[in-house]
Amino acid sequence: MTTGFEESRQDRIQHALHRRPTLGPLAVLVLAVIVFSIINTRFLNPENLSLVLQQVTVIALLALGQTLIILTAGIDLSAGAIAVFSSILMANLAYDAGSPGLLAIVAGLAFGTGMGAVNGFLVTRIKLPPFIVTLGTLSIFFALNSVVSNSETVRGTDMPAIMTWTGETIPIGSFRLTYGSIIMLLLFGLFFYLLAHTAWGKHVRATGDDAEAARLAGIRTGRVLLSVYTVAGAIYGVAAWVLMGRLASADPNVGTDYNLDSITAVVLGGTSLFGGRGGVVGTLVGALIVGVFRNGLVLAGVQVVWQGFAVGLLVLLAVTIDQWIRKVRA
Amino acid sequence: MKRPVRLVAVALAASALVLAACSGGNDGRPIIGLITKTDTNPFFVTMKKGAQEQATKDGIDLRTFAGRIDGDNESQVTAIENLMALGAEGFMITPNDSRAIVPAIERAKEAGLAVIALDTQLDPADAADSTYATDNFEAGRLVGEWARAKVGEDARIAFLDLTPDQVSVDVQRDQGFMEGFGIDTGDPNRIGDEDDPRISGHDVTDGAAEGGRTAMENLLQRDPGITLVYTINEPAAAGAYEALKAAGKAETVTLVSVDGGCPGVQSVKDGQLGATSQQYPLKMAASGVTAIAEFEKTGQKPGNPGGQDFTDTGVTLITDDPQPGVDSEDTTFGTENCWG
Repeated sequence: MTTGFEESRQDRIQHALHRRPTLGPLAVLVLAVIVFSIINTRFLNPENLSLVLQQVTVIALLALGQTLIILTAGIDLSAGAIAVFSSILMANLAYDAGSPGLLAIVAGLAFGTGMGAVNGFLVTRIKLPPFIVTLGTLSIFFALNSVVSNSETVRGTDMPAIMTWTGETIPIGSFRLTYGSIIMLLLFGLFFYLLAHTAWGKHVRATGDDAEAARLAGIRTGRVLLSVYTVAGAIYGVAAWVLMGRLASADPNVGTDYNLDSITAVVLGGTSLFGGRGGVVGTLVGALIVGVFRNGLVLAGVQVVWQGFAVGLLVLLAVTIDQWIRKVRA
Repeated sequence: MKRPVRLVAVALAASALVLAACSGGNDGRPIIGLITKTDTNPFFVTMKKGAQEQATKDGIDLRTFAGRIDGDNESQVTAIENLMALGAEGFMITPNDSRAIVPAIERAKEAGLAVIALDTQLDPADAADSTYATDNFEAGRLVGEWARAKVGEDARIAFLDLTPDQVSVDVQRDQGFMEGFGIDTGDPNRIGDEDDPRISGHDVTDGAAEGGRTAMENLLQRDPGITLVYTINEPAAAGAYEALKAAGKAETVTLVSVDGGCPGVQSVKDGQLGATSQQYPLKMAASGVTAIAEFEKTGQKPGNPGGQDFTDTGVTLITDDPQPGVDSEDTTFGTENCWG
């Protein structure tokens, strides 16, 4: 039995979440931080918080590209493969071909962008579903990654310093911010601005919300989609550089779970898999939720089995909330 | 719009055909299969290399297959079926799922193929005609003994394991380390049921650098007093080292590992890693090929030495800081015998 009063309050919450999809994830994040800091006082140490930020930086970058694609009602299963393959290309250019570090990085970014463009081309010109396209390119990029790398890790000490510069830190008191995290935050700021205040951003959302309506309104949806996949590829290229800084090496065997991890962050951040609704701020919060839970559960001394369990529960919760909010429109 | 679709379709079909043509025919040489867990991990890449070299020497047509990812049983079953269809003499396999693969193995044995498990035992172990593997418990025990001699009894120890799933290689190395260090393992088939106060904590790494770094960072936050770190393999150790370095503890905390890959031996040389237990995947694969080639010639099925359920391909402790009473070799030996 519900009274009219309760219903109206429920409606208010529903509408608030509908207008600001970031509210839900933000509440989860704040709640998690409070609970974990009560369990273990070390959790709130600036040093610990800076580690959580470092740990989620690569996934957050992948999730940023993933968000743009999911906003257009697509999905990118090849995000991790593009990032790892780009890092291997950068490392091998510098280590085997002896190219200068900066040139190798620029080339790696170009390769990442190119791989994103391939996805975009297949989605828009050949008209294949994004899920199928990126399922295929995921295999192709990982296979090429194995061929090029010979499954061998390139150590950071064998590369120019700039290749792993993203792992260097700036101490702010005992909070240690890496250049990689700074790059990540700047990119989130940039895309927040682009999505909110430019025609391109509005077109991206409109395409995801209702592609047919967007097309009738004069938006060239094909071009919008191609641009989104290409830009996402460029962001994965940046993630590749940040990844090398974090690992102080280029390892061809990482990243098999990155695709799913990035989708997890997007979903937790309140971006709808049905396209059009959500945004990059939520995704950053979503990535932080995963990092906070992992770190917090370790500090709390919880057995590792339960880390995956907790993240899985959170995902289901996020999608349930998403469905519940969508009822507002019905 | 139609044109590019057709073009792409034709191009895809053509490249698939080219790939098929490249795989070539057979000229009457006996066929032996090698089925690895994945074809990306350097350990299995090395294994493939070792098998290929031996096969060339013995005039064998080696066909290699792999699971797509760690734990992918289905691809391995398909590979076994393909080898039976090809009329192979036998095959070597590093099982992704030691138990689930057994029915497929039994079918192959009924069809007259010789089956050799490499690196990871089947469950039950005698489902394979023979097994060539590292004694993972011994590998862990050696670094445990060395660590105890090096840092003394009063250590705070972090354990960087593989996955939460208690797979055999993970359990054997972890529990072996405890045995070597002198920690009561409780149930030797379970990680995490010990109550020794010297254990600071466990976390999982997926055997990769990223996992190793994150796990080490979090465990250090929980207990800054950690003095000794056991790692499941060298990539995880490399990640852990980066975390220690960032926390300014690289000099004071001792890291040990298992693998003996070339990058790992280099880390021992550089002083990042205190000691590592070296295993010999080249030897495993070469022994397997030779055993099956022998079976093809004489009809004599391969087997394990009397009373044992596997043939130990050996493990050597590699360190440049030898401890009294613990057998070890230096990194010069390690570099000569490393893999990957």
